[in-house]
Amino acid sequence: MFKYALKRIALMLMTVFIIMCMCFILIRMLPPVPLQPGDPHTEVLMARREAMGYNKPIIVQLGIFLKDIFTRWDWGISDSLYYGQNVWSIFVTKLPASIIVNLYSIIWSIPVGIALGVFAALKKNTWIDHTISTLTMVVISVPSFVYAFLIQYFLSYKLSLFPFLMKGGTDWFSKEMFISMVPAVLSLSFGVIAGFTRTTRAELTEVLTSEFMLLARTKGLTKRQATVRHAFKNCMVVIVPAIFGNFVGILSGSLIIEKIFSIPGVGGLYLNAINARDYNIFMLDTAFYTVIGLAASIIVDISYGFIDPRIRMGSKK
Amino acid sequence: MENQNYEHISPEKFEFAQKDAYIHDEKLKTKSRGFFADAMLRFKKNKSSVVAAYIIAFLVLFAIFSPIISKYSINDKDNVYTNFAPYIESFALGKKGIFDGAYVLDSQSELQLTALNAIGQETGMNPVIDILGTKETTEIYRGKERIKYTYKVEVNSYFMVGNRIMVLSYDEFDQIQKFQNETGRQVLYPIVDKAKVYPRVKDLSTIPDNTNIWYVCTDNKGTAKVDKNGNLTPAYSTDKAKEGAEYYSQRIPGDDGSYIYSLAKSGSVQVRVNYYNYYTFKNGHVPEYVMGTDTLGRDLFGAIGTGARFSLVFAILVSAINLTIGAFYGAIQGYYGGTLDLVMDRICDILGGIPFIVVATLFQLHLAEKVGVVPGFLFAFVLTGWLSMAALTRKQFYRFKSQEFVYAAKTLGASDFRLMFKHIFPNSIGTIITSCALVIPSVINSETSMTYLGIVNLSSFAGTTIGDLMSQGQAAMTTSPHTMLFPSIFVSLLLISFNLFGNGLRDAFNPSTRGTED
Repeated sequence: MFKYALKRIALMLMTVFIIMCMCFILIRMLPPVPLQPGDPHTEVLMARREAMGYNKPIIVQLGIFLKDIFTRWDWGISDSLYYGQNVWSIFVTKLPASIIVNLYSIIWSIPVGIALGVFAALKKNTWIDHTISTLTMVVISVPSFVYAFLIQYFLSYKLSLFPFLMKGGTDWFSKEMFISMVPAVLSLSFGVIAGFTRTTRAELTEVLTSEFMLLARTKGLTKRQATVRHAFKNCMVVIVPAIFGNFVGILSGSLIIEKIFSIPGVGGLYLNAINARDYNIFMLDTAFYTVIGLAASIIVDISYGFIDPRIRMGSKK
Repeated sequence: MENQNYEHISPEKFEFAQKDAYIHDEKLKTKSRGFFADAMLRFKKNKSSVVAAYIIAFLVLFAIFSPIISKYSINDKDNVYTNFAPYIESFALGKKGIFDGAYVLDSQSELQLTALNAIGQETGMNPVIDILGTKETTEIYRGKERIKYTYKVEVNSYFMVGNRIMVLSYDEFDQIQKFQNETGRQVLYPIVDKAKVYPRVKDLSTIPDNTNIWYVCTDNKGTAKVDKNGNLTPAYSTDKAKEGAEYYSQRIPGDDGSYIYSLAKSGSVQVRVNYYNYYTFKNGHVPEYVMGTDTLGRDLFGAIGTGARFSLVFAILVSAINLTIGAFYGAIQGYYGGTLDLVMDRICDILGGIPFIVVATLFQLHLAEKVGVVPGFLFAFVLTGWLSMAALTRKQFYRFKSQEFVYAAKTLGASDFRLMFKHIFPNSIGTIITSCALVIPSVINSETSMTYLGIVNLSSFAGTTIGDLMSQGQAAMTTSPHTMLFPSIFVSLLLISFNLFGNGLRDAFNPSTRGTED
C-alpha cells in the first residue's frame, strides 16, 4: 500500500513537472507585456525580467525559472496586475477567500447530500425516490451561473436578505462576512449536494440488494440495524474518498462563482491575470490548478485502499 | 406387453415416410430483433428520456428557426430599446398583461407620475399600465405637516421613451413627413420652447433637458401647471424664425398651424420625434420583441437562437472529432497493449492533468490570432476531450480482443486493421454512442462557461453566444431579469434534456440491464 502511494506520488510529480515545463514554454513564447515607459515600476520590472532571462533562449529561461522555484520558492513578480509584487505572496492572500467559501459550502452540503441519498435508496422505486433522483439529475445538469442568478435575484434583490456581492476586507470570520458569503455558498452547494445524493443512492441501492444484507437480516438484525451497521459501512467505501476529493478541490475555488459574487479568491486572480496578460501569475495559477487536480485524484485513489481492506492496491501477497 | 413376432414382414409393407416431403425446421414465429432495434425498444420504455428527446428536438428546431422567424437579424441593434421587456403591440394595447414591455418603477412621486401621464397625453401612448401601490408619507414642509404620496407604477417601457431630440438630414426629415402622410402615425412632434415651460426660471441652463416635458410648469422642479379642467398647458415653440425646414405634414391636435416642428442646425434639422413611431418608420414595422431585447438592443428571441445554433454545431463537431481520435487512439492502445499501451497511457495522463481552463486560455493566447478564435477554441476542446473516449475504447478492446471470434478471424488471416475495426470495434459501438450523447452537454456547458467568463470571445464569429448573452444579462439582472432568464431557461433545458437523453441511451445500450427493469 505504502509502495503504491509512493509510486503514485512520484508519477504525479513527474506529470506536474512535464505539464509545468510545457505551459512555461508556451507562455514564454508569447510576447511579453509591453511596459509603460516613464512608469516608476518599469525600471524595476526591466531589471527583474533581465534576471529572469527574458532575452535568453527559452530553455535557459526555463532553467532559471526552475532554479528560482527550487532554491528560493520564487515564482517571479507580477508584471501588470500588481506592479512588481511577489507573485507567491499575492497568491497566498487570495487563498483564504476561496477556501472559506468552499469550505462552508461543502460542510453543510455533504451531510445533506448523503442524507438525501440514503433516504432515496431506502425508499427505492417509490415516488420519493423518483422525485429525488430526477431533481438530482436536473440540479447536476444546470450550470452554476443559473443558480447564482436565481439566488441573487430572489434572495438578494427581491427579498433583500443578503448583499449582492461578498464584502471586502479580511475579517473572514465576522458575522457580516458570513452573511455576505451566503449567496455564493448556496450557489456552490447545489452541485455538491446533487453529486453526493447521486453517489450515495447508487451505492446504497446496490449494497442493499447484496447477499450479506440478506444474511444479516436472517441472523436476526432489524432492517435498521442491518442498514446502519452493514450497508452504510460498505457504502462509505465510495463516499469517503469522494469527501476527501472535495476537500482538496475546495482550494481551487470556482471561477464562475468567484466572478459573479466578486470573491477575492484564486479564481478571480486567474481571470484578472488573463485579462491583464500577467503571465507570472498565470503560470503560478496553472501550476496550482494542475497540482490540485492531480492531488485530488490521487487522494481519492489511495484513500480507497486505506478505507476498504478488500482493496489493497499494488500490495503483493 | 404383447408378444409379437416381427421377424417376417414382407418388404411390400414398408413405405417411405416422407419421400417427397420437404424437410425443414419450424420457422420462427417471432421476428428477430437486432441490437439497435432492441436498444430502441428499451429506450422507448424510459419515459423521461423520450420526453427529453422531444425537448431536444424542440430546442434544436427553435435554434434553427428562431433567427429566421425573428424580424431582426443579429446585427440589428437599437440603442434606445436596450434591456427592454418582451413586447408585442397587440398584447400591449389589448391590456393582456403579458408582452407589454412592463417595467415596475418604485416610489414615483406625484410629479413623476404626472410626467408619465403627460407622455401619454402628448403621444397618445400612455406608458402607465397600472398603479400597483400607493404609499403615504407625512413630511414637515415649511412648519406644516403634509401628506406626500409615492406610487409604485407599472409602465410600458417602450412607451415611456416618449419623445426624443434627434438631428436629421433634410432628406430624412422629408421622408418622415411622407411617411406620416401615408400612415397617419405622428413621428414628428412640435419643438418645445424651454422658456415657455419654465416661465418663472431666469437661468434656463440650470435645468436639465427633459424632452418629454412639453407643458408649462410652475417651478423649476417640473410641477405641472394645471387648469380648472385638469388639463396641461402646452409650451410649444411658435418661433418661425428658428424653424429648420418647411413642415407640410399632419399636425398634432390643438395645433393651429403656428407650432414649429424642426430647429435649424447647420446642414440638418433638429427635431423632436416620437421614438416609437420613428422606430416604425426606420424598421418598417412596430417593435416586436417576443423575449425582449438584450443589452445591445438586439432581439433576444433571435439572439438565443443564433447562440444556440453555434453551441449545438460546435458541440456536435467537437464530439465527432473527439470520438474519431479517441476511438483510434484507444483501439491502438487496447489492441496492441504492452509497452505501447503504457507509453500512450502516460501521454493521456499528462494531457489529462492539464486543467481545461488553462488549455483554453493558452490556445486562445497562441492560436486566436493565427487561425481564428473558433478553430483555436476547437483545438482546445479536442486536445483533452478525446481522452475519456480513448479510455472507453481501450477498455472495450481489452474485453473483446482475446475472445474466440477474434482468434478465428486472425486464423483466417485478417489484418490487424480489419480485426480492430471490423471485428472488435462494432462490439463497443453502443458504449461509444452513449458517451457521445453525454459529451455533447458537457461541451455545451464548458463552451457557455468560457464565453460567460469572457475567456473566449466568439461574438464576432457567431454573432453571439449563450454565454455572452448571460454575462450581459447578469449585469442587467435587477432591472431586466428577462435578459438573464430566457438564456438561462434555454441552456438549462438543453443540458437537462441532453443528460436525461444520454442516460436513457446508456441504459438502453447496456445489455446487462436487459430484462431487469420489468
